[in-house]
Amino acid sequence: MAASSPIELVCPAGSLPALKTAIDNGADTVYLGFKDATNARNFTGLNFDPPRLREGLAYAHARGRKVLLALNTYPQAGNWPSWTAAVDRAAEFGVDAVILADPGLMDYAAKRHPGLRLHLSVQGSATSYEAINYYHERFGIRRAVLPRVLSLAQVESVIARTPVEIEVFGFGGLCVMVEGRCALSAYATGESPNCQGACSPGRWVRWEETPQGMETRLNGILIDRFAEGERTGYPTLCKGRFEVKGETYYAIEEPASLNTLELLPELARVGIRAIKIEGRQRSPAYVAQVTRVWRAAIDAVMAAPERFQVAPAWMAELNKVSEGQSHTLGAYHRPWK
Amino acid sequence: MKLALGPLLYYWPRQEVLDFYAGIAASPVDAVYLGETVCSRRHELRLDDWLELGRQLAAAGKEVILASQSLIESESDLKTLRQIAGQEEFRVEANDMGAVRLLAEAGVTNWIAGPTLNIFNPRTLELLIASGASRWVVAPEIPGAELAAIRAGLVQTIETEVYAYGRLPLAFSARCFTARHFNLQKDACEFRCLAIRDGLPLLTREGEPFLTLNGVQTQSARVHNLLADLPGLAGRAELLRISPQGAHSLEIVRLFRTALEGRLTPAAALDASRDYMPEAPCNGFWHGRPGVEQYVAA
Repeated sequence: MAASSPIELVCPAGSLPALKTAIDNGADTVYLGFKDATNARNFTGLNFDPPRLREGLAYAHARGRKVLLALNTYPQAGNWPSWTAAVDRAAEFGVDAVILADPGLMDYAAKRHPGLRLHLSVQGSATSYEAINYYHERFGIRRAVLPRVLSLAQVESVIARTPVEIEVFGFGGLCVMVEGRCALSAYATGESPNCQGACSPGRWVRWEETPQGMETRLNGILIDRFAEGERTGYPTLCKGRFEVKGETYYAIEEPASLNTLELLPELARVGIRAIKIEGRQRSPAYVAQVTRVWRAAIDAVMAAPERFQVAPAWMAELNKVSEGQSHTLGAYHRPWK
Repeated sequence: MKLALGPLLYYWPRQEVLDFYAGIAASPVDAVYLGETVCSRRHELRLDDWLELGRQLAAAGKEVILASQSLIESESDLKTLRQIAGQEEFRVEANDMGAVRLLAEAGVTNWIAGPTLNIFNPRTLELLIASGASRWVVAPEIPGAELAAIRAGLVQTIETEVYAYGRLPLAFSARCFTARHFNLQKDACEFRCLAIRDGLPLLTREGEPFLTLNGVQTQSARVHNLLADLPGLAGRAELLRISPQGAHSLEIVRLFRTALEGRLTPAAALDASRDYMPEAPCNGFWHGRPGVEQYVAA
């Protein structure tokens, strides 16, 4: 196996073409899910059935890259066997790690498949080393993905006090809520990232041309209204415009992407083990573009961190695929909070 | 069936908090959860003040529980968490896995697994019981039928507490939406929450109440209210949680007690509660539907 760089670039693969594209463009690792509710991007037309997973694994492993399988929703009493079967299949297929959120499922995986590497999903909402070390001691997790809520200084403090590798989100759609602690979608539609693996799911969305403009609704609830010429956006419910005390604005979050490219030297310095690119629901073209830029940036920072500069062309490429065509440093940059 | 008063989710001036709990001391609730669970910047009452308040409520015959913060970010958050987990006067509600680790490590065996721990199946709950939990608070989004299935799948026993009344705590963020509303940064928020007793109402652009902004917490606008669903709660819960609201919390507590004693029908109790709710009721989560719905069985 080729040695991966000290910061691992973890890219999304919503499909086999996206997987190959990610690897061809320099991803060290790809992450993916099965075609069902066992993962947090349970969208129509996405994800892997067993034959495609085998093919994807063969493609990645032949090139010395890794494949992580996200089983990061919470199994319920009635459907528990589907999740344990998914863990069994992951072990049988030889994925490089499974990404889990549910402690019960981690317990199952650790006992049944002691050789299977476990990562703690961002959906596990572990924001402190005390929480991360709980999963490490109980289930032997080797890596944790941090929710997008900590400042860089807080991330550094976590890394200093845990033996678990830390992975952070570097780029992509930004959950403004703590992952795993958000029932907004469940409140509006009955379907949530935690249990059904979907936020603001498409089957509840309605686009309506009205005299006031294009309206987007989620289960009948008006999420936004766009004037003529305004760029419309998918009605993810935390990214709509609402009225608070007579003022109408993006009361929770603007539709913007997280982009931490300029923090890369700092992320390397504090000891981040892996950087995750969001977007399993995005196209292979998105995956190619984002992977290429991040590969170049990580290589540059590894070669000479003190001389690292964000190339304007990188930013331009990334802005082209950003949600809302703008970007933010999110919680890493404290004033955002 | 016991009645529990959940932690105060809003930020009120110190004297108003003390007055509120003086009323609670004389009310028919059995258990009272105290402490700041939402925002570490809220300090009208410090941990010592909550402990003192706890002693007064305990003297009035209440079971007192200290609730831990739901979103832990900083070393100072952890310091407070260690103090809460380390004190031996009151039971503790663990609201994140860091709290679980600290309590389990200290060998505490009577703590309460809070509603934000994401307990969706019997196996996870069994693990927490083995780590010392002796009560759990069901995440409000879990339907009644699902709760019954979880309980049926348990080998060990544990008390169940159901979130039965109050605006739904739907999400937590690093970002403060109240500060954002006032164009302030969280670190310099001027404690604007202090002047907002019930959170900031967020409406859709057609004026429909949708959510409530409570600092870093986002709540529903509607009030989750299981008064009409009390028959379905029997056998599925040992405690019902009522979440404090800006006004009429005592009336709500009394209505629940009256209905549980059979002196009011569930439907009449729900009707009577309409005068005391800040917004329309909902109960969709309990029925496996979108939480915002008010579901009435045909």
